[in-house]
Amino acid sequence: MSGTFWTGSRRDQLAGYLFVAPQLIGWVLFVAVPLVLVVWYSLHEWNVLGDTFQFTGTANYRELLDDPKLRRVLVVTALFSAGLVVGNLTLALFLAVLLNQRLRGTVAFRTVFFSPVVVSLIAWTIVWGFLLQDNGGVNGLLRVAGVHGPNWLRGDTTALVSVIVVQVVKNVGLNMVLFLAALQGVPAVLHEAATVDGAGWWRRFRSITVPMISPTILLTSIITVVGSLQVFAQIAVLTQGGPGDSTTVLVYYLYQEAFQFHHFGYGATLSVLLFAIVLALTVVQWQLRRRWVFLES
Amino acid sequence: MRTRGMAYALAGLLALSVAACGGGKSDTPKASNTGPVSLRMTVWTSNAAHLKLFNDIAAAYKAAHPRITTITFDSIPLDSYTTTLTTQIAGGNGPDLAWILESSAPDFVSSGALVGLNSTIDSAAGYNAKDLSPAATRLWTQGGKLFAYPFSTSPFGVFVNTDLLTAAGVADPAGSVASGQWTWDNVRSAAAAAHAKTGKAGLVIRDFDYKGWDNLSTVWTGWGAQAWSADGKTCGFNQQPMVDAMTFLHKGIFTDQALPGPGTTADFFAGDAAMTITQISRASLLASAKFKWDLVPLPTGPKGKYAVIGQAGLGVLKKSPHADVAADFLAYFTNPANSAKLAAYFPPPRKSQLTAETLAKTNPLLKPAQLQQVVIDGIASGVVKPSHSGQAELNQAVRSALDPLWKPDANVRSVLDGVCTTIKPLLAK
Repeated sequence: MSGTFWTGSRRDQLAGYLFVAPQLIGWVLFVAVPLVLVVWYSLHEWNVLGDTFQFTGTANYRELLDDPKLRRVLVVTALFSAGLVVGNLTLALFLAVLLNQRLRGTVAFRTVFFSPVVVSLIAWTIVWGFLLQDNGGVNGLLRVAGVHGPNWLRGDTTALVSVIVVQVVKNVGLNMVLFLAALQGVPAVLHEAATVDGAGWWRRFRSITVPMISPTILLTSIITVVGSLQVFAQIAVLTQGGPGDSTTVLVYYLYQEAFQFHHFGYGATLSVLLFAIVLALTVVQWQLRRRWVFLES
Repeated sequence: MRTRGMAYALAGLLALSVAACGGGKSDTPKASNTGPVSLRMTVWTSNAAHLKLFNDIAAAYKAAHPRITTITFDSIPLDSYTTTLTTQIAGGNGPDLAWILESSAPDFVSSGALVGLNSTIDSAAGYNAKDLSPAATRLWTQGGKLFAYPFSTSPFGVFVNTDLLTAAGVADPAGSVASGQWTWDNVRSAAAAAHAKTGKAGLVIRDFDYKGWDNLSTVWTGWGAQAWSADGKTCGFNQQPMVDAMTFLHKGIFTDQALPGPGTTADFFAGDAAMTITQISRASLLASAKFKWDLVPLPTGPKGKYAVIGQAGLGVLKKSPHADVAADFLAYFTNPANSAKLAAYFPPPRKSQLTAETLAKTNPLLKPAQLQQVVIDGIASGVVKPSHSGQAELNQAVRSALDPLWKPDANVRSVLDGVCTTIKPLLAK
């Protein structure tokens, strides 16, 4: 019987499954199972201390609609993401264009701008926490320049701006390197032909460089949008969501509800909401690519 | 086929999750088998002297109980302590024993997360449970059952850097206490003078840092203010005593600069501040201090003399697979002999040990007069820091609503009205 069962094609299939098994098992254990569990938890009220786990149906989702804090949290999340994505991509592209010149010292500058990427996130954030104090390094520098700096992490607007800037500087190097690689893939002949036709620097940048590197812009924008929605450690270390709730983004709110207030069911519901938002934004970006990404139309 | 396979897979996952979430519901400690046992206790101290004492007590217990293989003390930073502890419990990786902050006491005691300790300590030889002060055990008792042992009942006092105060030309605090001049008005002036003349911070309310607002109860109790009424139902933030106390603090911070402002850190124990309000267990940080210091009681407020105490309990988690062994270890850890040793750092709840002579034996850094004034008198008359069920959510709500107060042009009354509006629904829960 076994001889007839193990036909050549079945053996090939088994070999194929075995090859993908390590990746598939990891995906199932660390992605699929938690994802299903989160949805399952979101249908329950889970009291960790009392050790109770009661099915509540859609009660947590109804609470989501009635939650007076959620609207503000979503606005803060949107402001944070918009600031981070625009700041990061603009600065990364600017630096990549600058450092794409054949000039002395560009390698050193590339290293300087990339180095924060490899620094521990928590160490980076704690150091910035000291620098941004009222009597910290940033205001010390401003005083030298004769400017009285604000108390960065204690003002509603300055706290949000500070968290965005700290995160932009931390990760801009990664997008800069991706843009540099893309810029170096733009054929010089296109620029030469456009120069011969009388196109200036800005016209060549707009009509040649940007379309040619647009697949990389798509990639970096998807990665940065997803990353911006998942920011947690910087908020936890720098502001704990304050002052007031001016830096309480969705992930931090989720953490508060689940791990500080012990509302694990509602926390799970918020993470389902986060998943839906990330998924929707990624799908929208992917669908819109045909309109602006070169070679995708 | 593919759809059915997927359905089976999902059903399997769900079954797995349900199984993972099931748990025992018994009220008594689970009896473990007779095999080897490892115990783990979470604590928020990482002080080497504290941990050495715990390990010494644990070693003596292990020597008498061969089935105990290891007893580990797991240090978790204070500011994330309760969150980390509950996350460990949620993940099925909770400790066998845990320190519990007074602010979390109502949640832990009322939730049924802890094992009742009465039967274990009543049957422990020489334990003398009657010696425990009812004032100390009140927060940890429900329905006549003790759910955690109040291993530390620690009054707040004012540590003063006498070198800095002398340099600022301020009168000796101990002398001010003796002459009845140790009042909040005088302390604020002294702190402002110390800051102006030495450039160091004046008075630091330790662990407040414009977030841990419950530490401000060490100030507002002097005005007779309270965060909420004794039954926990009525907000006290917008009542006159609190408005007066907060106005006093606001002026101290932004007008007199007697306290460091928001976003400025200063560590008294590193010599960066003239005075700090904290608990006496921090005295161990002064073992190698390079400046002269003293410990005096909290200043007198408009309502007269007062004391504020912080408490910490030690409980056994019901989910522990060795809850009975853990409870037995707790009874040993806190028996009269070990309680006297722990008194070196943690004021004990045992009435017989709350004497200046007993405490002086194990507190070489503190003088008998300091122990009498701050510790013994403090415990006798002290008000416990605010605690309420759902404290974590209340903490966050109050912190967030108080943030507008920490600006120079804040309207104190309107901010405090806002605090009450915010926390009213939480107090009603």
